[in-house]
Amino acid sequence: MLEFIFLFFIVAAGTGGELCVSRAMKTLGEVHDFRPSALLQFVCRAARVGWMWIGIAFMTLAFFSLLAMLSMENVSFVVPITALSYAAGAIGATLFLREKISRQRWLGVLVVCIGVTLVWLSRR
Amino acid sequence: MKESPGLHLKTYIFIFFIALFAPLGNVLLGKGMKTIGSARDWEPRELFHILMGILTSGYIWLGIACLLAFFIAYMLVLTWADYSYVQPASSFSYLVVAVLGLLLLGEKVNVLRWAGIAVICVGVFIVGHTHPRTTEKN
Repeated sequence: MLEFIFLFFIVAAGTGGELCVSRAMKTLGEVHDFRPSALLQFVCRAARVGWMWIGIAFMTLAFFSLLAMLSMENVSFVVPITALSYAAGAIGATLFLREKISRQRWLGVLVVCIGVTLVWLSRR
Repeated sequence: MKESPGLHLKTYIFIFFIALFAPLGNVLLGKGMKTIGSARDWEPRELFHILMGILTSGYIWLGIACLLAFFIAYMLVLTWADYSYVQPASSFSYLVVAVLGLLLLGEKVNVLRWAGIAVICVGVFIVGHTHPRTTEKN
């Protein structure tokens, strides 16, 4: 049962965090200048976006959930099942970022889900 | 973009780092957490003890360093290579993590797990071969 909870946090909080950061980055716009001073300025601007901090909070939760999961299960089990984030990412991007997901991408997500199911079944 | 002679070699080297550092980081985190142990009662005192174990574990910090190296390599390679070219390379990391788990941590990986990982790699590869931008550019 605990594994399910941690997996949920890894996938949902991890993907949620990435979506929040992605949303924050899109409000900041594309980076063209890669000089250190310009990058530092960019980081300072990013730090003023609320979505960025929500994203970081979610990602921290996901990271500690990953550590908790790794304390209980093998790494060759935990890491592959976190590929479920591709499904969460596709769903989240459709709902939250209004991105259009192609059929081919949904097919990829479906294949990932089948793989994750096989890995989950390999546990015992 | 002008293509420099060493661009392909540089890209392959970075993709190699990406496919190595992310799994290595996760394997080190796994090793660290196995050494620290998992919580049994979930009492605040026990959790504090585990948190201290995490913060003072060399494996955990080494794992974080590897993940940071992965992240930097990933960001750098994206400054000259296409996302749709780089992203499928990350699919190999699921295979590499199982190989490293087997070799470095002595984990038992059965046939079903190998099959599942192979299917995941194919799925991630398909996802990566789709167009990276689906929204209109502002």
